Amino acid sequence: MLMKLARLSLFNRRGTVMMTVLSLVISISLLLGIDHLRHEAKHSFTSTVSGTDLIVGARSGQLNLLLYSIFRIGNATANLSWESYQRIQNHPQIAWTIPISLGDSHRGYRVVGTNQDYFQYYRYAGQQQLQLAQGHIFEEVYDTVLGSEVAARLGYQLGEEIVLAHGIGQVSFSEHKDKPFTVVGILAPTGTPVDQSVHVSLEGIEAIHIDWQQGAPMPGRRVSAEQAAEMDLTPKAITAFLVGLNSRAATFMVQRQINEFRGEPLSAILPGVALSELWQMLSMVERLLLVITLLVLLAGLVGMTTTLLASMKERQREIAILRAVGAHPRSLFLLVQLEVLLITLVSLLLAFALLFVALWFGQDVLASRYGLFIGLNPIRASSLQLVGVVIGLSLILGCIPSWLAYRRALTDGLSVRL
Amino acid sequence: MTDKPKKYVIDLKNLQFRWPGKAGWQLQLPNLQLAAGQHLFVRGASGSGKTTLLNLLSGITTPNEGELWLQQQPMHQLSASKRDTLRAQQIGVVFQQLNLIPYLSVLDNVLLVARFAGQPLSASKARASQLLVRLGLTEPMHLNTAAQLSVGQQQRVAIARALLLRPALLIADEPTSALDADNRDAFMQLMLAEANDSGTTVIFVSHDKALRQYFHWYLDMEQLAQGVQAC
Repeated sequence: MLMKLARLSLFNRRGTVMMTVLSLVISISLLLGIDHLRHEAKHSFTSTVSGTDLIVGARSGQLNLLLYSIFRIGNATANLSWESYQRIQNHPQIAWTIPISLGDSHRGYRVVGTNQDYFQYYRYAGQQQLQLAQGHIFEEVYDTVLGSEVAARLGYQLGEEIVLAHGIGQVSFSEHKDKPFTVVGILAPTGTPVDQSVHVSLEGIEAIHIDWQQGAPMPGRRVSAEQAAEMDLTPKAITAFLVGLNSRAATFMVQRQINEFRGEPLSAILPGVALSELWQMLSMVERLLLVITLLVLLAGLVGMTTTLLASMKERQREIAILRAVGAHPRSLFLLVQLEVLLITLVSLLLAFALLFVALWFGQDVLASRYGLFIGLNPIRASSLQLVGVVIGLSLILGCIPSWLAYRRALTDGLSVRL
Repeated sequence: MTDKPKKYVIDLKNLQFRWPGKAGWQLQLPNLQLAAGQHLFVRGASGSGKTTLLNLLSGITTPNEGELWLQQQPMHQLSASKRDTLRAQQIGVVFQQLNLIPYLSVLDNVLLVARFAGQPLSASKARASQLLVRLGLTEPMHLNTAAQLSVGQQQRVAIARALLLRPALLIADEPTSALDADNRDAFMQLMLAEANDSGTTVIFVSHDKALRQYFHWYLDMEQLAQGVQAC
């Protein structure tokens, strides 16, 4: 009964009610969206480094090393020499290594120079190995294996030739035009930055830079692709390498030994520790964001309260009629609270829908621009908690107009002040 | 307390009322008894305590002193909640105008009172339709929203609602003031006919002396001490 009244009464005032719902939808979807992104980003980052025990690079901060080697964010400060890599690789506790050489790109996607071990040992999201969707891994110097998104976005098929560019900008003026690469394999989607990488062999990286010096082609010296392929293509340096150990227990020992390596200054980091440092740095920002979105929500709810309060004036007549037919003052309190609840529930539903649609459209952009792989389903324990907070807050604020209705019902009785 | 009155629909003894914080009695009414079917005309200008009397009679407020019995129920002693329920069951109210909730259908407006009185809707629906038709609102109009009706039609829907549960008492507060002369006479006749049919006692408040002709009993708010007089 009261439900029907609340529903029809809201429908009767649909103009203002719709604006109220709109403002609530915006603030609620903001709140839920930020919460969702926060969780998904953490999940996405953590799953990317699931199988790696140590990451080794030239001496630098652990965050920097983690970000450029795994997430392709930012740049390496320095390289480490091939000899050092070879020596550390032979450490008895080390089970496998994956060398990584960065610095080139293809139409905004980063090129990763590596070897076959990458496809054998790299693990993501638990214990999952990289899978080829088509073709095979690189064998020749000028072979390349594309991440799933690179292939899908740029529409590449097996057998196509692509040109790598020097540097990592979206637009590059110095391209390795003389030494094109052939697509021989395309990886299955992983939901990690691997999807946005162009993988070539370390020899390929060496070959395209053989006639370069200081980041520019050497004037007067041209080495053709065929000539280069015949030369000694042992890399002189790599950017970083990932390490898998025989036993997790040896992690700290190996880390210390690498950090104290005499040949050159190196850093070995634990990805998990580096990630938690990242979360710590971000936790302030996170909390600030959460507070801001909660304040936006509060503003939306205050807006709703204001609208309902304003409507109470024109509803004096309604209150008098309901009193005359025997409604208790508490029924009127309930009626207004029901309206609050209806507005809030409709807003929540629409906010979830909006969020879903926004994620559906934004997923690709987030993945390609920021390497964040975001799931579409925004419903989780924490979002349900937030739903509880939203409903609780709205009912608390709803008490103001509801109480006014209650007072009116008691004092005005059957008379209506027009 | 005194003995329980037996036969009166409304029985009122030494009623006194004042608004909290104000000096002097706003309303003093020594004696008023109405038996079933005895309709009363109350005349009073605004400010004469008319609204107070209506709020007291309908149980919205309680007297500071005195007794007010409705159908042998002591309204001056019952809790607010019980008075609300009693009002839904035993009292019909028709206002000056805008009696209906504009966004509800005509039929739903009439059925409101059944819902708050806790009566099954199925039983009330047939009577609601009958009443509306007798009051000149054809079946197709019952599903229109109240806002689509003319003022005269709205007042007749209000009568249907007030009489739906065959209450003991119908309180009408200047229900004809928004109507023209022709409509007014038709309204008065329909209202009294239906009230008689339902066995309901009418208390009719108006400043319009011309309407006195429809009633046998008369109370002047400016001369309350004289009590009820025959017309």
